Amino acid sequence: MDPLEVPGVTEPYQPRTGRRGTGFLTEPFRLGPTPSATVGPYLAIGLTWPDGAWAAAEGTPGGIWVRGRVVDGAGDLVADAMVETWQADPDGRFPSPEDPRGPSSTPGFRGYARVQTVSPPGEFAVHTLKPGRVPDGEGGLQAPHLDVSVFARGLLDRVVTRIYFADEADANAEDAVLRGLTADQRRTLLAEPTGDGYRFDVHLQGDRETVFFAV
Amino acid sequence: MTGITSHRGLVLPRYLREPAERRTPVGSPDYRSTGLRAPLRTPVDLPHRLTEVTGPVLGEDRVRPEDADLTLRGGGEAVGQRIVVYGRVLDSDGRPVPDALVEVWQANAAGRYRHVGDSFPAPLDPHFDGLGRVVTDSLGRYEFLTVKPGAYPWGNHHNAWRPAHIHFSLFGRAFTQRLVTQMYFPDDPLFGQDPIFAAIPAAARHRAISRFSLERTQADWALAFEWHIVLRGTDQTPFEADDDGDVA
Ligand SMILES: [Fe+3]
Repeated sequence: MDPLEVPGVTEPYQPRTGRRGTGFLTEPFRLGPTPSATVGPYLAIGLTWPDGAWAAAEGTPGGIWVRGRVVDGAGDLVADAMVETWQADPDGRFPSPEDPRGPSSTPGFRGYARVQTVSPPGEFAVHTLKPGRVPDGEGGLQAPHLDVSVFARGLLDRVVTRIYFADEADANAEDAVLRGLTADQRRTLLAEPTGDGYRFDVHLQGDRETVFFAV
Repeated sequence: MTGITSHRGLVLPRYLREPAERRTPVGSPDYRSTGLRAPLRTPVDLPHRLTEVTGPVLGEDRVRPEDADLTLRGGGEAVGQRIVVYGRVLDSDGRPVPDALVEVWQANAAGRYRHVGDSFPAPLDPHFDGLGRVVTDSLGRYEFLTVKPGAYPWGNHHNAWRPAHIHFSLFGRAFTQRLVTQMYFPDDPLFGQDPIFAAIPAAARHRAISRFSLERTQADWALAFEWHIVLRGTDQTPFEADDDGDVA
């Protein structure tokens, strides 16, 4: 018997969160998830998008650049990494049908970017809007943040981190995730203001190893 | 309990994580590139909140019909064994993932990638670029036509060869479901010496291997390989949120 011939999967999909809560199976059913693998050195073939950098379309009012590098344990630039970011709009809403409050309506805002570090210059650059605060589900608000996935040759699974903003001290002080970290750990997650946005380097290893999250 | 987090009206799914013994670790010593790249500190648990349970919508507008046929590029026909690769994208609850972007890339039939970094002295094929994109249908099904990729050598250890594989990238509906992986072919003689394949825990390796399908093999045309891809689910029991109150 094919374990993937699952009964009851012919119903149309509905977003699963929030108030539209139908479409669940009536019996608990578990399939084993497909294991991850490295993107390898040739990810540029399959994963290059001409518009990858534009989480917010060019010319969107309030647009900023988030730039940075990915650094390995020897302090060398990782020149074949892919960085993806996902975030809320300035009102704290996500351009996703999975947002139970309804999707973001900010024009030109995709909320998602995919960029590669190629040498030169060995940097990634994402054009976006600074996110607003997002409910933490426990009555509080999270500080503005981007969720970040880093993929590269040598990483058999993505690694996940968050970009927070160094100039949001008050919001950061109330953020449940940051509060769970030491001061040294917190520093690895803070993007520093620059002329046209922010800078955030990812340190895969070393004294300044970035805090990575298990999601 | 169920995979639901509910506080002050904000009702969110909670995606299950496979136990470590069934997940590919980020680093593995026999795969040498992990040495300076795989983080050494234990990752911090991140609760699933709005950022993690939402995800981008990346649908049809990114994909043209011809992106599902990798055998016709550059005005001619690729060399190699033509194969159909097909299957379903499901989550671990058994629900299909429709309208989901599936991106694939691979070496050509001789084992060569069209990439400046690939110096394997095997021929490039002017009619093969190795890039495919499809969107799953309403039942989570995907299908593309390509040529079977060749095995290729790499510098990891003496006489190291990658088993034939196709790289896959999938989104699902939520940040938690993002998956980049590789599909293998049945009974590859190179499995035993490949540290990337071996890094998959033994109990999960079969999930990375496609199945030859005689039923879907097209007479006088192409072999078929079936591969179902399972993203993380929430193990939700039936649930209806009551329709009151604002979001926290
Ligand atoms: Fe490969």
